[in-house]
Amino acid sequence: MKRAAPYVVALALGLSLVVPWLAPTYLTQLAFLWIMILFALTWDVVGGQMGYNSFGNILFFGIGMYVTAIIQVGLFVDVGAYTAASGAASLNLTPEQYFGGLFLGLGAAAIAAAVAAAVLGAGILGVRGHYFAIATLGLGIAAGEIASGWEYVGAGSGMVTPLYPGAVGGREEFFYYLSFALAVVTFLVLRRLYAGRFGLAINAIRDDEDKAEAMGLHTTRYKTMAWCVSALFLGIAGGIVGNIVGFIDPRDVAFAGATYGVWMVLMAILGGKGTLWGPVIGAIVFHVTQELFWTYLLGWQRVALGLLIVVIVVFFPQGILGWARERWPEQFGETVDAEGEAPAGGGEGGR
Amino acid sequence: MDNLDLLFQAPILGVQLLVDGILVGAVFALAAYGMALVWGVMNIINVAQGEFVILGGYVAFFLAQAGIHPLFGVPAAAVVLFALGWALYRLVIFRIVDRDLFVSLLATFGVSILLAQFMNELFGADVQSAESGFGTWFFFDAMVTVAQIKVVSFVAVLVLGLVLVVFLKRSRLGQAIRATSQNARAARIMGIDTDRVYAFTFALNAAICGAAGALVAMTWVIHPFIGLAYTVRAFTVVVVAGLGNIGGVVLAGLGLGAVENFAGFILGAEFQAAFLYSLLVVILIGRNLVLARQRKYLK
Repeated sequence: MKRAAPYVVALALGLSLVVPWLAPTYLTQLAFLWIMILFALTWDVVGGQMGYNSFGNILFFGIGMYVTAIIQVGLFVDVGAYTAASGAASLNLTPEQYFGGLFLGLGAAAIAAAVAAAVLGAGILGVRGHYFAIATLGLGIAAGEIASGWEYVGAGSGMVTPLYPGAVGGREEFFYYLSFALAVVTFLVLRRLYAGRFGLAINAIRDDEDKAEAMGLHTTRYKTMAWCVSALFLGIAGGIVGNIVGFIDPRDVAFAGATYGVWMVLMAILGGKGTLWGPVIGAIVFHVTQELFWTYLLGWQRVALGLLIVVIVVFFPQGILGWARERWPEQFGETVDAEGEAPAGGGEGGR
Repeated sequence: MDNLDLLFQAPILGVQLLVDGILVGAVFALAAYGMALVWGVMNIINVAQGEFVILGGYVAFFLAQAGIHPLFGVPAAAVVLFALGWALYRLVIFRIVDRDLFVSLLATFGVSILLAQFMNELFGADVQSAESGFGTWFFFDAMVTVAQIKVVSFVAVLVLGLVLVVFLKRSRLGQAIRATSQNARAARIMGIDTDRVYAFTFALNAAICGAAGALVAMTWVIHPFIGLAYTVRAFTVVVVAGLGNIGGVVLAGLGLGAVENFAGFILGAEFQAAFLYSLLVVILIGRNLVLARQRKYLK
């Protein structure tokens, strides 16, 4: 299994490159698959590797989406007037204008999201445990509420992104490759980070923050850095998704806590939080299941989502990869001591 | 910010906002009391708190639809939610009592989504309220209006709160609950069936929220997706007041109601929810900064 893994990955990557010719009708769904992988990966930086459960990472996604759209539009016309006309004044941009605006916007989105994470992180990451989780939950919803009251970005009626200038179908292909590239880059960057001092530091914070601090680790600096990394990629993803969907609704697309915000947590746990490949596997399993079966649930999808969270968290908290690791430890390069091995995930007990 | 000038020119408006806020804040205090109970006894933060409130509201709403006065919805909702709370404990919660915070937080979060979406599917996403048929009092040349139902609900909350406090202090079961919260292991050694105590505590919390929700349906509006706002309000109140501090919970609840009402008026109704959630973040950071100066943090 361990020896076969590189070939499987190479095959999957090769297939992903040629998929626009194999299955052109599913390009948008496949683009979302890469976005989902990115969601799970970025959530896992803080939620899994560092042990800070964030319910508000959707904040950075939404910020990125709005910043990209504002720059795309704002370079050419006044944003306030554009949103007031709510899409009637659809922009006709030349390809140079469009791609220039898009990439400028994505860059700005990355910076804006990372800066937001740094500024907020300084205060919020000092708050631990339950308090951190609920504070971030509040943060994500507050952002959605502010965006849906702010006239400049179209308030509750949302904002339309500029039209893609190229041929019909070119748009799907372009954004597919863009999200593919972003997800792969995110994975590689995170793998590099986890392998070094940064990975060790955030794992130490997860295991025992006070001890990590006592060992001379600047915990606040590492925590903020981890959140910034997560926010950076989420911000870019937000800009891309805004353009794939084409319409930015403040509560249902940009700051969609009830869908994307919950999914990212769920996917990371499903695959196995705190591992590199877990979120990837979880995202693939979740997204494929969702695309294949959820249409048959006829509106009960979100009820099923709630049920799924409860079931996974209560009965399967170690995730797919965690389970595989317990089942076949030798495949993960772990040697097992037959005696005196503590049961995995044992609680403090005796409360 | 135009409304701020208005407030200075006509201070009587402030009285109106204050009265409304305090009357509605009593309900927040009740929900917060329930949350503090479960938190203190079981060490679980129940994110589904708000959904219990809204479910209680629907009980009152359907009673009103059936022609029964919604005030009967207060005990009815308490009974229905008590049963639901017990069932939830037996199905899910008992598995997470001794687990780490990650599991309990996410599991109740899942329950919260589940209940909200259930209500959405079964009852529809419309904004509803139960008509109680009470009149309105006018003060200061009709500058200040007070709906009688709000006063009735305020009194109901006070009575409920008093009954709860006496129950926890005096009754056998109440004493068992307090003993379990102090030291579950010692309580078990002394012969207390802590599993039953947990089940009862969780169900009692659901019943409290249900009663509060019935009052919300009469004084305000209910909607499948505003449950989370009540969870956040309850949480904010508990964070400000601290666990096991009844006077603090009441004061913080009333204060939150008043502050939120003023903010809604000054910033505009569309930013009231944003204010609530931002306030939570600010309070958490603020409390943590104060503690950080003593090298401590919120636990």
